[in-house]
Amino acid sequence: MADYYKQAHLQDFGRIGEAGSKALADKFFAYYGAVFEDGALSEREKALIALAVAHAVQCPYCIDAYTDASLRRGADMDQITEAIHVATAIKGGAALVHGMQAIDAARAKGAL
Amino acid sequence: MTLRSEQHPLQDPQAQRARLEAVAVAPFADAVARAGWTHGLTPRPPRVLQLNLGKRCNLHCRHCHVDAGPDREEVMSDEVVDAALRWIDRGAFATVDLTGGAPELHPRFREIIAHAAARGCHTIDRCNLTILRAARHTDLPAFFAEHGVEVVASLPHWRRPNTDRQRGDGVYDASIAALKALNAAGYGRGAPRAVLTLVHNPAGAFLPAGEAAMAREWKAGLMREHGVTFDRLIALNNLPVSRFLADLDARGDVDRYLGLLVDAFNPATLPGLMCRDTWSVGWDGTLYDCDFHQMLERPMATARPDLRHADLDALAARRVVLAQHCYGCTAGAGSSCGGALA
Repeated sequence: MADYYKQAHLQDFGRIGEAGSKALADKFFAYYGAVFEDGALSEREKALIALAVAHAVQCPYCIDAYTDASLRRGADMDQITEAIHVATAIKGGAALVHGMQAIDAARAKGAL
Repeated sequence: MTLRSEQHPLQDPQAQRARLEAVAVAPFADAVARAGWTHGLTPRPPRVLQLNLGKRCNLHCRHCHVDAGPDREEVMSDEVVDAALRWIDRGAFATVDLTGGAPELHPRFREIIAHAAARGCHTIDRCNLTILRAARHTDLPAFFAEHGVEVVASLPHWRRPNTDRQRGDGVYDASIAALKALNAAGYGRGAPRAVLTLVHNPAGAFLPAGEAAMAREWKAGLMREHGVTFDRLIALNNLPVSRFLADLDARGDVDRYLGLLVDAFNPATLPGLMCRDTWSVGWDGTLYDCDFHQMLERPMATARPDLRHADLDALAARRVVLAQHCYGCTAGAGSSCGGALA
């Protein structure tokens, strides 16, 4: 994994457009920046949402970046770990709720 | 435990300076010069007389840059206090700012406040809150209200975990009780002569961000949980000095943290740096450009850096002392005793 995930990628991410499709990258980063501005949700709340999603998609770059962002914006460890449990509940719940499909399939075959 | 009581090598200011200077980053003076201040930082007319009344404190917080605690005995002498009162009489300072340790423990604390307030100075008490719940100090909120003192109170976080982790078990509850007492005395309700400012500093080695959004959340949270109000929140950067430096060093994180501060260097913070218009006076009367220089024993660059012998003209001609820890005040939105700078 070390060959694929490098800490320097995070610092260099903003320059990804230099390799090609710069206009698209610029649009992405402008959108990205706007998403995380203070709005109906605070910057701290958005950072915690991002941190939860980062765990759900298991992105180590995002976990690093949004742990830092959450701490900088005043989140404490109770809030950070609660956000991670929200991601865990949704991922676990998403697996479990598909059990209803298995139940339907089994019922269709007369097994239930 | 203070660094001194545990005989920690970094209790020595010279050892702290050497540790910071060993990090391979550009000298702060070079960064200032590259930002266009080629002759260094010039002082402005003095505005704030900040008196560090001593290192005694009822707490011993993890990040204290003073290495203050109950075992410290350094206290400003009567001779230095008298010199400060004479400077206040001369009308040289618009603001008199008392800090420590816990400045309230100084026997002449109330006299200095009353003296400065009677001469029209804006007065500030840098308060750890818990001292207001200690014996002989519970009447301080009323005293502050009588003299129009601004209370600048440190509270690491509006919730309990980060506060008690940084300051000690029970500090959160005592701080909330003190805030309620200040509210009862009229503080934190928008009155110009009863200003309650809270000070946040990060729980670890990262920079605070979003001071305005944080203030909104703190106000909502403290009101919801405790019915407490305050006027404004300022977020300070942790400077790599004293106990915070020792903490970084123990985790092998000094180089990364100083690098973080260097990378976040913001030239827009330079004009408003507090060192340009503050006289920071040590417990022994020595003059410094700021409280952090004081802890690292880097006096003002003048022939006699002592409040008892200060010469306004000579001090106006000096340059502010620049050192590696100064990167802490210029990082990100900047940091000063008044909060963010840019």
